[in-house]
This record gives sequence, C-alpha cells and structure tokens, in this order.
Amino acid sequence: MEQAETLIEIKNLTFSRGERKIFDDITLSIPKGKVTAIMGPSGSGKTTLLKLIAGQLKPDSGDVFIEGLHVHGLSRKKIYQLRRKMGMLFQSGALLTDLNVFDNVAFPLREHTKLPEEIIYALVLMKLQAVGLRGAKTLMPSELSGGMSRRVALARGIALDPEMIFYDEPFVGQDPITKGVLVKLIQTLNDSLGLTSVLVSHDVDEVLEIADYICVISEGKLIAEGSKEVLLQESTGYVHQFLNGLPDGPVPFHFSKAPYSEDLKYG
Amino acid sequence: MSRPLSGAQTLLQGLGATLLDKLAAFGRGFLLMLSLVVAMPAAVLRVDLLFKQVYVTGVLSLPIILTAGLFVGMVLSLQGYNILVDFNAEEAVGSMTALSLLRELGPVVGALLFAGRAGSAMTAEIGLMRSTEQISALEMMAIDPIKFVYAPRFLAAIITLPLLIIMFNALGVFGGYLVSVSWLGVDAGAFWSQMTSQVDWNEDVVNGMIKSVVFAVLVAIIALFQGVNAIPTSEGVSSATTRTVVHSSLGILGFDFILTSIMFN
Repeated sequence: MEQAETLIEIKNLTFSRGERKIFDDITLSIPKGKVTAIMGPSGSGKTTLLKLIAGQLKPDSGDVFIEGLHVHGLSRKKIYQLRRKMGMLFQSGALLTDLNVFDNVAFPLREHTKLPEEIIYALVLMKLQAVGLRGAKTLMPSELSGGMSRRVALARGIALDPEMIFYDEPFVGQDPITKGVLVKLIQTLNDSLGLTSVLVSHDVDEVLEIADYICVISEGKLIAEGSKEVLLQESTGYVHQFLNGLPDGPVPFHFSKAPYSEDLKYG
Repeated sequence: MSRPLSGAQTLLQGLGATLLDKLAAFGRGFLLMLSLVVAMPAAVLRVDLLFKQVYVTGVLSLPIILTAGLFVGMVLSLQGYNILVDFNAEEAVGSMTALSLLRELGPVVGALLFAGRAGSAMTAEIGLMRSTEQISALEMMAIDPIKFVYAPRFLAAIITLPLLIIMFNALGVFGGYLVSVSWLGVDAGAFWSQMTSQVDWNEDVVNGMIKSVVFAVLVAIIALFQGVNAIPTSEGVSSATTRTVVHSSLGILGFDFILTSIMFN
C-alpha cells in the first residue's frame, strides 16, 4: 500500500470511565481520502473513540491531532471551527425531532451560512437527491424508517461539505437492502466528494467491502491494523476469530467457570 | 490492603462521599448558570428560538395557571368572608384576597404549577434530546447547545413566569369578586375601594414580581440542570423529571420564606 497522507493521528491515547479502562495507550493514524474502519466487539468503546477524536470527550492522557492541530488543546471556539469540517452520522440518526426532513438538512446551512433561502433550497435538494430521499423532504423524523433516518442524517452530515465524516455503527439493525444502500452511499460519497471516512462498526462483511484500511480494537488495545488482505491472511488468534465470526477461540464460548465435576457435586 | 472498616467508619465515609457529590453538583449547577448568563445576549438575538420557547413554556401553561388562579381566588374570598363576617368586616374581603394573592399565593402557587407544567417538560425534553444524541449531534455540527437549546429556555422562563403570575393574580381577584360580590352579596364599591386603598404598588405588587422572577430563575436552572445531567435512559429521564418537580417545589417554598422575611419584616 502506498503511503497516504495522514489526516488524523492518535498518539498514546488512554481513556477510562470510572474504574474501567476503555483505551489503553492506543496509537493509530487515519489516512486522508480513504475509508478507514475501526472494528471491535460491542462495548469496546468504538463510539467513545469517535467522540474523543471530535473533542467531545477528553482523554486521560495522549493526544489527537487533526491536520496537525492538537484537538484537546484547542479553545472551545477553535474546536467548534474544526467541527465545521467534520460530519458525523450517529447510530440513531439523531435528527432534530421538531423539524422535518428538509429543515433538518437545511439546519447546518441556516446556522452557519448567510446563504439566501433559494440557494439553501437548491443545496438541500441536491444533498437529499444524493441519498435518494428528495421525495421525502416534507416527512417528519417520526415518519421515517431507521434506514431512512440515517440517510437523512447523512445528507445533513454532508450539508456543509465536510472534509471528513465519521460513521457510528451505520449498519446496526438494518435490513440487507438498507445495508447495501448505506455501503454504496459511503463508498460513493467518499470517492466523489474526496472525503476521509472513518467508520466504526462490527459488521464484518460490509466493512470488508468498503474499507481501505482496518483497525481492530479489543480490550482497550489496538490489536491489528492493515488492509483487509493483510488481516484476512491471519489464520489464528483474535482477528481470525472476529473476522470469521467463530464461536470459540481466544474469546472463549464459556463464561469463566468452575470444573464440571465441582459444580455437579452440589446438584 | 488496609484493615476492614468498622460500621461507623463506613457510615462516615458514605456521608462524606454524599456530601462531596452534592457539593460537586452545586458547583456544576453554578457553572451552568454562569454559562447561561454569558449566553444571554446570544439568546436575546435569536428571536425565533425565544418566541418558540415563550410559546411552549408560557402560552401552553396558560390554561392551568388561569384555572388555578380563578379557583384560588374564589376559595380565598370564601374563607375570608366566613371569618370576616363575624366581625362585620366583610368589606375587607377584597383587600384580603388581593394582598394574599399578590404577596404570597400568586407567586408561590403560580411557580409551583409552572414547575410541574413547564419545568418538568423542559427536563424531559432535554433528557430525551441527550438520550437520542441530538445534543451530541448539535455539538458535532458546531452548534453550541448552551446557546441554541438551554439559553432560550432559560430566558423564556424568566419572561413568562412573571407574566403568568400577573394573570394568575388577576384571575384570582376576579374569582374573589365573583364569590364575595356576586354570590355572597358584599358591596361592590366597598370591595374595590378597600382593595385599592390597602394594596401598595411597591410593597405588594413589585415585591410579588421580584419573587416571581427569583422563582423563574430557580425553576429554570433546576429543570435545565436535571435535564443536562439526566442519565440518558428512560428510567434516568423519568427520575430527573421527578427531581425537577421536587427540588423546585422545595426551593420555591424555601426561597419564599427567605424573601418574605426580607421584604415584609
């Protein structure tokens, strides 16, 4: 793989919630213009990682750099400026429930630009067209299916033409058709808008289909990174079990237990 | 490892931990209030957001405030008449009703109802906005939720509660008139003239309004604080809503005593 320019750099990041260490000394870099996937089992803190990158959470130690800027050293104003270059697709869509589809997509444009209403109208329709929901512009968020909400949220996420976009578990709980649609959208948007996409997910098939670069996180550590060809070559260990969905392996099928003979004694 | 703690020690430890938690919560509440005050100019400029919140907190609270005001005034004058009539002083029922409403019952009952109607809704809405990641989404869209969500609600409460309480008082006086004059036969002229001669603008009306502004700040800050700090689950939001009503009710009653002792002593 040729060496791509780095957009986001995470160095020795440590973060804990209460007693629990979620990330323990993680170092990784996310290349510009590619789709990078961060994979790991449920509860491994993938969403937390996105929030750390976007400066919504502060790490215990370690640094995050975006385009060379030290995210957690920035003032509140500077962080908000930086976030204008980011789009984020939340798991639930996180649409504003009191606005309809059109107004949701228009929202960042109206808040951050002084464009006349006709231009906003045209821009919003273009963004909705890109996600295939121009026909749904008058619907309220409560009238949308989960997949449609995510697509509207995606249209909103790209409304200000960000340089990078973060996807938080985009495929969870979606039917195969919606998954297919989302895979296509993530791919097309990344290529046509020249975005840098960061995807956290545990849906192996979809990720393998679109990701240029994959990082696997488990128990707070980065345990593997590389292109999918590299990762798929592993024939043992955690990565092999995870990518192939095997029930037993380094993560045992059985919860830690006493020997059978011991347990049966008291039956 | 240190040796195991005795019962008294654990009790003391628990007490200390709870106290520290409460102190930290007070600190966070104070910081929230500071950031709201800083965001006030921005909230004033966003007339669209402010109007919407004035509608939600104020206009939608009108039915309950007006109905309650009417009945409180009616009951007050009925009770007052029954006592005053023994001393042949039933004409004083007008001034008694107006003074009780303006000084105490208007601000206190109005604010209690406001906490139950608008305060709880505010907490539930913000708690749910957090649990559905709408607040996070705003932050990610580089929109400050303090300016966009919290400050307009705070300002709207400060604008609407005093107005609601003025209407509560007006309806209360009207209810008193209905009961004492139309029903019990007190002379209408005496009813109004006693009232106008007894009620002082600064002493009664202005002091009552000062109370209502204080209560508005109190209810709004508690409601916002509980919403912002609600655990983002259905259980968390429901208990935060309950806490808003309980804390603001107790706060209103406590502050009312303090304010009364300063104003009318």
